[in-house]
Amino acid sequence: MTLLAVERIKLFTTRSPLWCTLAAVAVTVGFAALIAGVDSDSPATVASSQFGANFGLMVIMVMATLAITTEYRFGTIRATFQAIPNRTGTLLAKTTVVALFAGVIGEVVAFGSLAITKLLQSSADLAVNTAFEWRAVAGVGLVYALSAVIAVAVGTLIRHSAGAVSLLLIYSLLVESLVALIPNVGVDIQKWMPFQMANMFIAGDPDPTGRAITEGPPPAAAGLGPWGALAYFAGFAVVMLGIALFTANKRDA
Amino acid sequence: MIEAVGLSKRYGKTLAVDNLSFTVQPGRVTGFLGPNGAGKSTTMRMILGLDAPTGGDVRIDGQKYRQLHQPLRKIGALLDAKWVHPNRSARAHLRWLAKSNKLPASRVDDVLELVGLTDVANRRAGGFSLGMSQRLGIAAALLGDPEVLLFDEPVNGLDPEGILWIRRFMHRLADEGRTVFVSSHLLSEMALTAQELVVIGRGKLIAQCSTEEFVAQATESTVLVRSPQLALLRSALGQQGATVRDESDSLVVSGMETADIGELAAAKGIVLHELSPQRGSLEEAFIQLTGDSVEYHAAVTDAVPADLITAGK
Repeated sequence: MTLLAVERIKLFTTRSPLWCTLAAVAVTVGFAALIAGVDSDSPATVASSQFGANFGLMVIMVMATLAITTEYRFGTIRATFQAIPNRTGTLLAKTTVVALFAGVIGEVVAFGSLAITKLLQSSADLAVNTAFEWRAVAGVGLVYALSAVIAVAVGTLIRHSAGAVSLLLIYSLLVESLVALIPNVGVDIQKWMPFQMANMFIAGDPDPTGRAITEGPPPAAAGLGPWGALAYFAGFAVVMLGIALFTANKRDA
Repeated sequence: MIEAVGLSKRYGKTLAVDNLSFTVQPGRVTGFLGPNGAGKSTTMRMILGLDAPTGGDVRIDGQKYRQLHQPLRKIGALLDAKWVHPNRSARAHLRWLAKSNKLPASRVDDVLELVGLTDVANRRAGGFSLGMSQRLGIAAALLGDPEVLLFDEPVNGLDPEGILWIRRFMHRLADEGRTVFVSSHLLSEMALTAQELVVIGRGKLIAQCSTEEFVAQATESTVLVRSPQLALLRSALGQQGATVRDESDSLVVSGMETADIGELAAAKGIVLHELSPQRGSLEEAFIQLTGDSVEYHAAVTDAVPADLITAGK
């Protein structure tokens, strides 16, 4: 508990959580408002209200990466290891605090997006009642939390803000999409990549209504069902964190 | 007590610390002296368990740092005053440190008071001057009221007032019976603060002795004598019990005043070409001791390292 309290103090005594929350809310809720307000041809759905979730995810991953890379940048990681020589414990505590915070932001922006859509299109059916709809909204928090774990792990391994952030963004935005272009095997590889799995959990097992691309995040092609995909994504996060912890214990701080 | 045994640290091809063994006695100020790049900071990082030694180990009261439970209560350290998040306030920085070792929150106000930062405690640490950052670092080191304190170059870059403050503060800590281990590349600074010295150069131990001993050795005054009858003079001086060292065409005499040497020479009928007192400074002695172990020589010295000459051919 002490370690969690330490990391909580550290996270909330800098300005980064505030700015990241504001940015995440702006891009997700803002996008939901834009779509609900501008697109009058097709009625809004629960899925279409979550169009901006992936943009918010990028902000969250940046926040989570910076939570650890700034410690290396400013040398506070050394002060931390000096105060708490148990590196595994202190890094696990940091990961937990950052992931919980990311999860809370995820739920806030998801339900916030839904609320603003409802506000702008009061006639649309926006009741969350199917399993798909629950995952599409409440699932955002889970994906944000697990992505934060991956981001902290990558930040711990790379230690430099610019390097870690660009690697994460390039990987999740470009690599996983472009891999499908490899002839013959590309699509099969893509099915098993972690962020495709995360997307599968939120947007996969598509909406029974067979919605168009404009009505929500593009349906994912992943090798597992929604909950299997989430477990796969979580497994990936745990493996990355394990590597990061092992490395942090071996390397000089 | 801090005890290093055969401590080594290798970065790639460079051996930053080479089989270093020393002890830091409790209740005294021990200076850790060496030129820049001698491996002082690396050694301090190894003491704190931040860097893992390539060989040997270092223990604090018999325990490795990473085995210590709530280490801030045992050993406080200031390695770099800039190890603070610039957007965090001084108080917040101390608050999380206090929390990490289950220290009462009141300790934060105590140490802020102690170093005189109470008025600026809620300002962001990024806006602090070097002197203020240094005070914050010392506050952090004192948080757990530890019996052992480690400071790495605490007066570096400070103005005279700051230097004086740190010097007084260190004396106060020693008077309270704490063990203080402080590094510096300035011998004159160490002569004022430390009772014991651990001197290193290029990662190797050069000397471990009391500061008095070191200074006495270093500031021993000698007399330079030139004479065409050196052999005669040498034996005459030897009979008087003086210590004589041969230089190329002169003698360096210690243990005798210029006047006595002159009178002795006159009595024996020896011609003198030069008779001049040589006063060794602390710095000169330090350079003599560590001369070969300075990592990067300036090219302007007349003693160009042999490997540089061969490399140029």
